[in-house]
Amino acid sequence: MFDWLANPNRFNRITEKIQPYILLIAIITLISGLYFSLFDSPKDYQQGDAVRIMYVHVPSAWLASFLYFSLAISCVFYLVWKHPLADLVSSSMAPIGALFSALTLVTGSLWGKPMWGTWWVWDARLTSMLVLFFFYLGYILLSNAFERKIDGSKTASVLAIVGLINLPIVKFSVDWWHTLHQPASIIKIGGPSIDDKMLLPLILMIFALSFFSLYMIILNVKTKLIEKKCEALLLKSNLEEMSKIG
Amino acid sequence: MNPKFRRLFITIIIILTLGLATKLILMALEDNIVYFYTPNDLIVKFGDTQNIQNKIRIGGLVLESSIKKEDEKTIFIITDKKKEVKVVFDGPLPDLFREGQGVVAEGIFKNSNFIASEVLAKHDENYMPPEVADALKKNNIWKDGSD
Repeated sequence: MFDWLANPNRFNRITEKIQPYILLIAIITLISGLYFSLFDSPKDYQQGDAVRIMYVHVPSAWLASFLYFSLAISCVFYLVWKHPLADLVSSSMAPIGALFSALTLVTGSLWGKPMWGTWWVWDARLTSMLVLFFFYLGYILLSNAFERKIDGSKTASVLAIVGLINLPIVKFSVDWWHTLHQPASIIKIGGPSIDDKMLLPLILMIFALSFFSLYMIILNVKTKLIEKKCEALLLKSNLEEMSKIG
Repeated sequence: MNPKFRRLFITIIIILTLGLATKLILMALEDNIVYFYTPNDLIVKFGDTQNIQNKIRIGGLVLESSIKKEDEKTIFIITDKKKEVKVVFDGPLPDLFREGQGVVAEGIFKNSNFIASEVLAKHDENYMPPEVADALKKNNIWKDGSD
């Protein structure tokens, strides 16, 4: 099954068809999501208008975690089944995930100052999120740190899998320990503890960022496939050149 | 065993081992990871507040009608509904600071008073418009934000 999925030509053919729809969904959900989050959703009873930071902060945090999970699983496929496309997929996800974890940290900081009274504290949730960001950076640095690309890919994949341990810590830190960060509002026992009018823009924004990420990942993978093809062609023409001279 | 399954097996073993190691490390470091103690935690852990010399953080709810202003100082009581700690603080309070609000105070104990050097507000996981909050309060189905 994975062989079927991992065929670059088939990947190109399928994504060619679905890409416009992905982009369309991303644009529609982003526009409606931003409209609802900025103009047509109520103030919070405690936080007032500052609650609107949530509509960027929470989707970014989800995406940062979800993309890391996908990246690490893709690395498992690369290490175990040795599919070159799996490596392209993980390295295409890394910058997007890094961006979202940075966005989570920045928006969280901007939200923390007016609400908590501090930009940053070293509590378990904030620290584990910072660690997630560093795992992304580590993956990107390591995969480019070797002379032979394949060595970089392998080492970085091992690092990504090790970083998987951090994900449950990010998610459950607010339940396991006392933290300044509040516990989960949406995925929790007893259903969401967030008003429906606030849940709507939040879910729209989660869809928007997810489809945006999917679109960017496909675009990244395609670019990398073309790059590889170019390298192969260049190598081939160089060899022909040499054989002519020789 | 074919090489694919061997690699998969090794990967799974590595994840499990690292997971276990991480769990043990986190258990050992629990005291450093916990961001604050509740007043009841303090008694359970240290017995008496006299025994606490170092800077620590305590968290809980600001007790109803316990906030007093004395010169520049704000004096209030942090409670977890079991035990209480009296906090003295002179500094800027966060906007969310009010009666019944979750707060975290950092400071040291002096004669059973807690001299705070920083007070942060904590908010809970409930998000709702003010009208809904009012309606809940009116109908007495408001649940207090103690966790």
